Amino acid sequence: MTVKIRVMPTLLFRDVGLVKGVGFDSWRRTGSALQAIKVYNMREVDELVFLDIRATPDGRAPDFAQVDELADECFMPMTVGGGVRNPDHIGGLLAVGADKVAINTAALARPKLIEEGALRYGAQCIVVSIDVMRHADGRAEVLSDCGKKPTGRDPVEWAREAEALGAGEILLTSVGRDGTFSGYDVPLTRAVVDAVGIPVIASGGCGSYQHMAEVLRDGKADAVAAASIFHFTEQTPRQAKVYLKEQGFNVRL
Amino acid sequence: MTAVVIVNSGVCNLDSIRRAVEECGGHPLVTDDPRVVEGADRVILPGVGSFAAAMQALNATGLAAGLRNLLARREIPFLGICLGMQLMATRSHEFGLTEGLDLIPGEIVPLRSTQAGERIPHMGWNETYPQPEATLWRQLPAGTDFYFVHSYHYECAGGDVLATCPSYGGFTAAVQRGHMMGVQFHPEKSQKAGFQLLRNFLAL
Repeated sequence: MTVKIRVMPTLLFRDVGLVKGVGFDSWRRTGSALQAIKVYNMREVDELVFLDIRATPDGRAPDFAQVDELADECFMPMTVGGGVRNPDHIGGLLAVGADKVAINTAALARPKLIEEGALRYGAQCIVVSIDVMRHADGRAEVLSDCGKKPTGRDPVEWAREAEALGAGEILLTSVGRDGTFSGYDVPLTRAVVDAVGIPVIASGGCGSYQHMAEVLRDGKADAVAAASIFHFTEQTPRQAKVYLKEQGFNVRL
Repeated sequence: MTAVVIVNSGVCNLDSIRRAVEECGGHPLVTDDPRVVEGADRVILPGVGSFAAAMQALNATGLAAGLRNLLARREIPFLGICLGMQLMATRSHEFGLTEGLDLIPGEIVPLRSTQAGERIPHMGWNETYPQPEATLWRQLPAGTDFYFVHSYHYECAGGDVLATCPSYGGFTAAVQRGHMMGVQFHPEKSQKAGFQLLRNFLAL
């Protein structure tokens, strides 16, 4: 039997509350993190992604006290990221209640961090988050520093390297699609899924349940993450799964 | 309130299981002191990460010997969770061979993908099919979903299998031998179903 696909709301934290932007910019406030977690907990969502998007640009460590407070109300799996630069940051987040830790900029700067984290805490809790920009000529490039810095790296090749170093999962975000409601980057997702054996979460661009079905069917993603659709429309993770079940996907309802 | 000693092997997230036990009406006590563990009336052994690192920590602190003594001497309810369940085996094949607690004979071996869509690690919600008489599954129907995150699984004698999961060719989702139980998934992260299972454990 195939593993159930997951629908994961993404919570982006900045300064004092949750935000959502377009193309990693133009941030709008969307509310309190604790409140959102309580609601998603009540609605039994599959899993949550919580990213502190100012930590890396501000050069600060993860806010462990804040994650501790949030995790105390979170009885579903939670991936936490933002500002993770060394194995102690990974251990610190796991200790306060994160189930998985997302690393992005620091892993690009020093890929060995993936290996150190996987050896110490197990591959299953190391999520490598890959932000991708597609250029006018169709070429895809990995960005670091919250989508601000081009790295010259190819996402497929970077995903392969991350897996070889011990990553347990890939969170693959299309920066260009982010917040646009125009659908996931399906070919990008498919290329990464075909290149690795670990689960891949598609992220960036979801505007409808049909978009989720597309990236699951044609992109072969193992999970879909979405933010704007849940913040700014009436659509919900549960209704998404009802739709996906009708489309023949194996979901948890 | 039911007191539960949660064993701190130093390698995992104890906060989630501690909070979940509290929410389920239990009174958790997190400790790495073998003397406290040996006096416990109910024990949970959680764990994530590497088998070898966890066994090394349990051996170094004397917790491994303490747990074996306690469970041989007294029939107290014991629950291993995820890596904590795997530590109950005779040995693990993860990164070479490592001896386990050997509470329920078995081997920890890699999961094998049997079809497309079964990626490794096995990460996400999946169905469980318990033995008909499984008290841990009280009020939880066959097919109940729990949250799994693992790359290895427990191979043991059929009589010790408490529940199975149908993916990856079918693997052991839970083991039980008398008062000693283990679950491969994370009840503390499995919302209502997970809390029901923990309440069932607290009621044993």
